[in-house]
Amino acid sequence: MSPLDFSGVLSRSDLLVNGVLLTAQISLAAMAFALIIGVLAAVFTLSGSKLLRWPVLAYVEVIRNTPFIVQVFLIYFGLPALGLRLDPITAAILAMSIYGGAYTSEIIRAGIQSINKGQIEAGRALGMSPLTIFRYVVLKPALSSVFPSLVAQFILLLLSSSVVSAISVPELTGTGNDIQGLTLRNMEIYLVIAVIYVALVAALKGAMTVLERAMFPFKFLRR
Amino acid sequence: MFQQFSFNHVLYMLTGLGWTIGLAAIALVGGSIAGSLLTLMRVSSNPVLSRLAQFYIFIVQGTPLLVTLFIAYFGASYLGFAVAPLTAIAVAFSFYAAAFLGDIWRGAIQSVPAGQSEGAHALGLSRAHAMRYIIVPQAIRIATPPTVGFFVQLIKNTSLASVVGIVELTRTSQIVSNATFKPLEVYLTAALFYFLVCFPITLFSRSLERRLSV
Repeated sequence: MSPLDFSGVLSRSDLLVNGVLLTAQISLAAMAFALIIGVLAAVFTLSGSKLLRWPVLAYVEVIRNTPFIVQVFLIYFGLPALGLRLDPITAAILAMSIYGGAYTSEIIRAGIQSINKGQIEAGRALGMSPLTIFRYVVLKPALSSVFPSLVAQFILLLLSSSVVSAISVPELTGTGNDIQGLTLRNMEIYLVIAVIYVALVAALKGAMTVLERAMFPFKFLRR
Repeated sequence: MFQQFSFNHVLYMLTGLGWTIGLAAIALVGGSIAGSLLTLMRVSSNPVLSRLAQFYIFIVQGTPLLVTLFIAYFGASYLGFAVAPLTAIAVAFSFYAAAFLGDIWRGAIQSVPAGQSEGAHALGLSRAHAMRYIIVPQAIRIATPPTVGFFVQLIKNTSLASVVGIVELTRTSQIVSNATFKPLEVYLTAALFYFLVCFPITLFSRSLERRLSV
């Protein structure tokens, strides 16, 4: 057992910074798309229309019961057979959005179902338009009540971004693999990468707490 | 030049599925043992033990599994253990599972109403006896559906072992895909295999949840 030597890894910190930035970019993009997919899918399942409901349920079950890396391979290696060739970063964001959307939709559906029907009737009685009711009476309180689950899901999405290194996306783990190839300091590099991910998760958690206070101030009112 | 994607390839992928399920089963058993220890530490009244378990869970849950696998893969030889990669990876999966099971089970134990342990105390049971005969039996009921659900996660996550060269279902699929150059068909077949294993377990977990919550 030779002592750990981090000098070779740390002298390539510019590469690591680029990796962190790409990880942050694809993860944030995927979170935004997953949220949009999640809201739409939840609305479709609750719409009462079988035509909308069944395809969405199938989507959610298929995504939740197959591994993410196989989904990534299907999109990156499989889709060209159907004439759709994507670059690695686009494929990664697409795969992460589809994957995250399936889990997000389940969380948001639970949130929407927890809204009291009387609230919607009250909105109608006040003459609000259906869109206004959906936005302020249904969606906003629903998102606020499931916010902790959404944060947990987004953290999993951030961590799952490491998998797209398998299709040569130079995000944090991919950069780590490159540095490992350059320095052969395999223990050092993956320990450093692990610490960076833990820090990223902590940062995301902190940012989400701030966001929660800004978006749903009514949750923090003193009663 | 390329081979046809044939039934023999599918059979080869099925042997990979065997390793997938085997790896997940080892991780479940290993993770359960370490996870129970972690749960006990987490609910113990000793703040050092409890903090230590909390820290372990925070670190493992904050690191991508792929990076954990790399660390285990290289770490075993770095620390001087002459073990097969498969052993190192199985141990890594166990440590990973322990962090999640420890968290699930702590939640289950803490969701047993406080009146139960107060009642046990009033009846003169020691803390250990109250745990063993009153709290844990009720907690197991609460913990079963999410534990079964986590097993599905575990089966899916063993696919990441393919990246460090363990020849499970995803790795056999890569090999077949490279030989036949039919990635769409091959990965769809792999996805179908995973789905056929995972979906029934998911349904079972849900039916347990319904039955046990009534």
